[in-house]
Order: sequence, then C-alpha cells, then structure tokens
Amino acid sequence: MQAANLFLVTIVLALVAYVLGYARSRSLATPLGGIRHLKSLPFYYGARAALWCGIPALIVLGLWAAFQGKVIQLLVVGSLPAEMIPDSEGAASLLLSKISNVASGALPPGFAEPPIVEAAERLTALRAQSRWYMTALVVAVAVLAGFLGWIRIQPRLNARAQVEKTLKWIFFACAALAILTTLGIIFSVAFETIRFFGKISFVEFFFGTQWSPQTALRADQVAAEGAFGMVPLFTGTLLISAIAMLVAVPVGLLSAIYLSEYASRRVRGIVKPLLELLAGIPTVVYGFFAALTVAPFISNFAASLGIDASSQSALAAGGVMGIMIIPFVSSLSDDVINAVPQTLRDGSLALGATQSETMKKVIFPAALPGIMGGILLAVSRAIGETMIVVMAAGLAANLTANPLESVTTVTVQIVTLLTGDQEFDSAKTLAAFALGAMLFLATLALNVLALHIVRKYREQYE
Amino acid sequence: MSDQSKQAEIVRQSLKRRYRKERRFRAYGIIAIAIALSALVVLFADIIGKGHSAFIKTTITMDVDIDGEMMYLDDASDERQMKMADFVEPLIQALMREIPGAGESDRDAVRDLLNPYASNQLRDALKEYPDLLGTTQTMELLSHTNVDVYVKHAGDDNYSIKLNQQQREWVDQLVEKGVVDTSFNDVFFSRGDSRDPSRAGILGAIVGSLLTMAVTLVLSFPIGVAAAIYLEEFAPQNKLTDFIEVNINNLAAVPSIIFGLLGLAVFINLFGMPRSVPVVGGLVLTLMTLPTIIISSRAAIKSVPPSIREAAEGIGASKMQVVLHHVLPLALPGMLTGSIIGMAQALGETAPLLLIGMVAFIVDVPGGFLDSATVLPVQVFLWAGSPELAFIERASAAIMVLLAFLISMNALAIWMRKRLERRW
Repeated sequence: MQAANLFLVTIVLALVAYVLGYARSRSLATPLGGIRHLKSLPFYYGARAALWCGIPALIVLGLWAAFQGKVIQLLVVGSLPAEMIPDSEGAASLLLSKISNVASGALPPGFAEPPIVEAAERLTALRAQSRWYMTALVVAVAVLAGFLGWIRIQPRLNARAQVEKTLKWIFFACAALAILTTLGIIFSVAFETIRFFGKISFVEFFFGTQWSPQTALRADQVAAEGAFGMVPLFTGTLLISAIAMLVAVPVGLLSAIYLSEYASRRVRGIVKPLLELLAGIPTVVYGFFAALTVAPFISNFAASLGIDASSQSALAAGGVMGIMIIPFVSSLSDDVINAVPQTLRDGSLALGATQSETMKKVIFPAALPGIMGGILLAVSRAIGETMIVVMAAGLAANLTANPLESVTTVTVQIVTLLTGDQEFDSAKTLAAFALGAMLFLATLALNVLALHIVRKYREQYE
Repeated sequence: MSDQSKQAEIVRQSLKRRYRKERRFRAYGIIAIAIALSALVVLFADIIGKGHSAFIKTTITMDVDIDGEMMYLDDASDERQMKMADFVEPLIQALMREIPGAGESDRDAVRDLLNPYASNQLRDALKEYPDLLGTTQTMELLSHTNVDVYVKHAGDDNYSIKLNQQQREWVDQLVEKGVVDTSFNDVFFSRGDSRDPSRAGILGAIVGSLLTMAVTLVLSFPIGVAAAIYLEEFAPQNKLTDFIEVNINNLAAVPSIIFGLLGLAVFINLFGMPRSVPVVGGLVLTLMTLPTIIISSRAAIKSVPPSIREAAEGIGASKMQVVLHHVLPLALPGMLTGSIIGMAQALGETAPLLLIGMVAFIVDVPGGFLDSATVLPVQVFLWAGSPELAFIERASAAIMVLLAFLISMNALAIWMRKRLERRW
C-alpha cells in the first residue's frame, strides 16, 4: 500500500479506536450508575484509545517511509557483483538511475547489462516487499497498541490528564520543529561545505578573484581545472544590493514619512495597500520585468547616449530589486516612526518648528537606530533574493563596480550549479553548498544584528 | 526700531525660507510615493501589454473532405490502419481549395500554415466517430504558431514573422474570407507545457501548484497552529523556549533558496525521495511558510482577551480545555487569515523549487502527489527564458493567472479579517 493510503487507513483505525473506547467507557459506567462515576468524560477515554492506536503507528509509518528509499538503494547496490560496485558517488548515482529506469520500464532490459537487469528485478521485488512489510507492520502496531489502550480503560483511569499531557507534548514537538529545521539547514550545508574545503583551499575560496566552476566531467577529459574564488561573486552581490538600496531606502523612507506625517486618512487608506501590493508580487514576476523590459530599456538608452551597457546590467537587476524592497523599507520605517513618543513631536512643534524640521531634527534622529535596523533587514533580503538576479543578472563573474556591466551573484551561482543533472561529489555541486553556507551565515548575522538594534531601540521608548 | 521688531523681521524673513523647505520636503514624499506607484503601474501595464494576446488563439476553419482513398484508410475502426493513415493530406487539400492562387508547387508552403498537430485533431475525431470517414466536415483547426504570430502581431517590430511574402498574402486573404480567425485560447487553459508555443498551456502548472499547495496547507496549518498554541499558552519561561523563539524569528528571515538547499540535501539525498514531485515541493514550502503562520497565529491567540480564559478557568475548565474550547475558536479567524497570506507567499515562491528539480519540461498534467510536476511561477521562469517571443507572451499570460490567484487569495484574507475577526 502507498504511504499516503496507509496514512488514511491509520486515521480510520484511530477513529475506530475512538468509537470503541467511547463505547467501552460507557458500558463500564452503566453498572456503576452512569458516567458521573467515571474519572473523566467518555470523550477522553475514546481520545486516549485513539492516541494509543494512532501515534505509534504514525511514527512507524513516518520512519519507514522516510528511510525505505535509501535502504532499498543500499541493498540493491550491495547485491551487485563485486566488479560492478561503483567506486565514486557519481558513478553510484548513475548506476542507480539506470537500474531504476530499467525497473520502471523506461529503459528496455535488452539495453542493459544482465547484472543491472537482475538488480532492477530485485529493486522491483524489494519495493513490493517493503510496501507489504510497511502495511503489515503499521496495521499491526495500530491494532495492537489500540487494543492495549482499549483494554486498559477503567472507571478510575484519569484519561483526561493523560490525553492533555500527550497533546501538550505534540504541541511542543510542533514548536520544536523550528529547531529541527535550523539544525537541518546547518547540517545540510555544513557537511558539503566541509567536503568542499577538502578539495579547494580556504585561501582560494575567500581571496581568489577567479570564478569559473567548469570542472572536468570525466577523469580523462581535457578541461579547465575550474576556479573557485568567491570575491567576484561577493562584489557582484554587493553591487546589486547597493543599487537596490539606493532605490529602496530613499523612496521607502520618504513615502513612509509622508504617509505617517502628512497624508490624510483617506490617502493613506488607498496608498498603503497599493504599496503592500508591491510586496505581494512574486519575485519571478519582478525577474521577468527586469529581464525583459528594464534591462533592454537600459541597454538601448545607454546605447543612444553612446555608452556601452550589457543587456544583463547590474543596474536593471538592482533597480527592480529596489522596487521590490520599497514596501519592506517603508513598512518597517513606518513602525519605527510611529514608535517615537508623541511628546517629542509635540515639544518640537510647540517650540515653533515646522513639521519637516520636527521630522528632520527630532523624530528622524530619535528613530535612526530603528531605521538602521530595518535597512539591515532589507539588505539581508537583497542579498538572499534569487529569482530577480537569476533572470536578469549574468552568469559571468566579472570583478567590476560598473553598474552597466553584467555581474553575477552568490544566489545565481547556487541555482546554476544545482539545476540540471549533477553528481553529488564534484567540487561544482559542493561549491554551491559552500556558497549557501556563506549566504546563510551572512543573512543570519545581518538579521541577528538588525533584530538586536530594533529591540534595543524599542526598549528605549517603552 | 526696537530690538524686538528687528528680531520679528528676521524671523519673518526666515519663515519664507522655512516654509519653502517644508513644501519641498512634502514634495519629496509625494515624489517618492509617485515613483513607487508608477513602478506598480508600469509593471502591470507591461505584463498585460505583453501577455493579453496569449489569451487569443488563431484557428483555421474549413470544410475537410475526409476521403479514405487520400488517407489510405478504408476502416477507421481498424487500429492498425489508423496508425498508418495519412491525416495531413486531407487538411492540405482543404486549405489549398480555400487559397485560389495556390498550385501543386505550393504544397509545402500551404502545409506550413497548419499546426503540425492539426492532423491529430482529425485522427482523434475519426477515432471517436469512425463513421465520419467519407464525409465532408467543417473543422476548426489550430493554425501554425507562425500564422498565429503574424495575425496577432503583424505590425509589431519586436516579433519576427517567419512567413514568406506569399504566405502572408494567403493569410491576409484567408482572414478576409473568415477562414483564419481568432477566438478565446482554450488550449492555454487545458494543456500542459509544449515545445510548440501555440499548444503550450498552463493546466499542468496550475495542477502542480494546487497539489503542492495542498501538501503545504495540510502540513503547515496544523503544525503552525499547534506550535503557536504551545508557545503562547504552555511554554514555560526557560532557555529552551527562548531558543525556539529565536529560531522561528530567524527562519522567517532566511532566504528562501536556503530552504531549497535543505530540501535537496535532506529530502532528496538523505531520504531518497524522488525529484520534482509535489510532495517534496510541499515539504520544502511547509518549512518555509511555518514561521509566518506561527507568528500570525501567535498574534491571533494574543488578541483573545484574558477575561475569556479567566471565565473558563473559573468554572473549572482545565488549561487544555480553556485553550481548545475557548481560545482556539476565537483565534481561528485570525489564524486562517495569516495562513492564507502565508500560502499566497508559498504559491509565488520559485527559488527553492528550482533546486529540488521542479524545473523539468513536463508535458503531462500531473495526476498525483508523486508525479513529476512543475508549478506556475516556475512555468513563468521556464517560458521567460525562451528566445521565442510567443513563449514570452505566454509567460506574461501565466503571470496574469498567477497574480489573479494571489490577489483573490489576499482579497479573501482581507474579507475574512473584516468579516470574522472580533475586536474586544
């Protein structure tokens, strides 16, 4: 049975356990003189039986479904004749995909070596076996545990306390998933990054000014060795983010000031949702706009002035990214400006300052730390933004500060290195994870710093 | 003149300057808003301008002699014969009849006005109704992409028209006769991707998006709500709780592509799940949207006044009963609103899905959670990268569909907030 169907079966079994548990508690209560002689309401006895039935079965199901693919792969590869056991991970994944292609019928058996056909048959058999074992095990666990839960129902059993305690643990597990996700991110990038630095030195990665990750596909192939210096990626990311900030910060900040200090309620009610609409547009749409409208416009415009501009200029990607970040900056600044106490405002106005003077000389300095925090968050957003740069920025790693030239960014390289066919142990794919690790650390540092500043600032006025 | 009036004079003169500055500052604000709003308008105008024509298809309607002899077919219910039969010839003959000037030497040029798959339409019709053999039927056939581009964009310099002079004259004649006509592009909404722009549709991507969103919703809503309940109602004040909160806040700001790396390393490489399937996409998007849902659900729980909890506790409800019977139902509208907004974000997300392989070229409409699939934003990305303008046109149209989904989801969230949320 498929895992999804089995999941539904388990749910049904749990419901059955609920009904049986409910009925048993009632029938136990009847000779005592009604349900008021039970320690808990019948509902809780039912729920307890359902939890007993469902939770162990679902845990078994989850573990089995998560690991069966890997275990079957290992068994199939292990059963191959000695001379066919692959020596590298790349060869292993190639072999496995061949075996599974034969098994699924995509590759006719006549086109593969006999051991592979055998392995494919074994794969099919193992998959069927695994499904059977999984079904049998999960149903057995559900029925057995459900029965145990059911048989132990007694009038004196405090079912409510047990059910509530279990629920509380389930809620805790859901909250702890956040820690698990963070750990998952750290481990998934850390392992590959360590392996990457086993192949490429720290110095080359952090200080090299050449980035061209074309490694040879086969050992005997004549190809460039590949260079993994992240300096041009780093400067490219910074250039595009800087352009984005040049657009987003003045526009976002000034519009936030206007909306919070000058605009009438009506204007605010119309303009604010429209600005938020900018934030709701998917990044792929901005990428489309940047690549197909803004970039050609900039390069044509520059050409008409006699300046040479790339058709994938940093200016196009950065400018459009800036538009995307405007609502982010403006809503954060809006919060911060509104948090400045009204007394400061009133004091300044009472001394005869105009509204703009109050803004510039009193509120803005008071709000500056908060605004800086907001801008740092926006920078971390710009650095991690992917689709706009994948579509509108280039692939060639140029070390330049000219916004009309094409540059590439960390995120562009991650996507390019990891889309399409890949082997998992080449320096190329590992480099993507190393870049991911750098990106994660950089944005994490920026976020922590920004949140710290914003919190400090809030405390100041509370 | 006294000192005082001198001072007043200085102030009066400086006032003019200061008011000018005031007005200038206000103008900066207005200009900033104008820039932001005009960017919005330009963006929408550009996409609608580029994509509106994709909702129209060009068809060729003509009387076709379904002549068995011409097709080497005498029994349409015979499968073997159907495989060998020539379904193109009757269409070419029919079209040649509509073009008076075309001779036998123009056969290939005439054939190139028809869509390469138009013959499938004839074959499918015959498969369903074998009796049609030997009759004359009026058929509406899809035109070649080149004809479609010519009919829709003849005056537009951006489009290169791949018809020769003679073919253009024919198409002009056919348009005048009403043989070549345009109608609503139902193909775009009823098919998967294709190498041929006029047969490419977004149904596959829409179904892929729906399947992925279903997985995301089923997982992220209950988990997010449970996590929010724990953190708001049960969590003790300790290091572990603080650590969980820090993690959630940071995850909310982690770039989405990092979740793609996580999905690739954990779900695909560690657990051996298949690539480019909605289940894995949904799992990755779940992890990505969870922080959003948790944060908004916590806000919703917080907004339930303590008097409700106290009243419930006062009549003897346990903590869990207070939460599940009283707080949760009152907080649910706010939680749903937050979740819809989180789902809208997930629906527009592209980058993490690229890394787990949902960028493949997939013609079939996915039938289940474990079928290879792509999603709407990725489909936009794929078409936007094509050098053919006819695909760009479709990418814009797909963006319009995507935005329509997003705007209606957000409108639903706003409506729910207005309608269901209670203020105390």
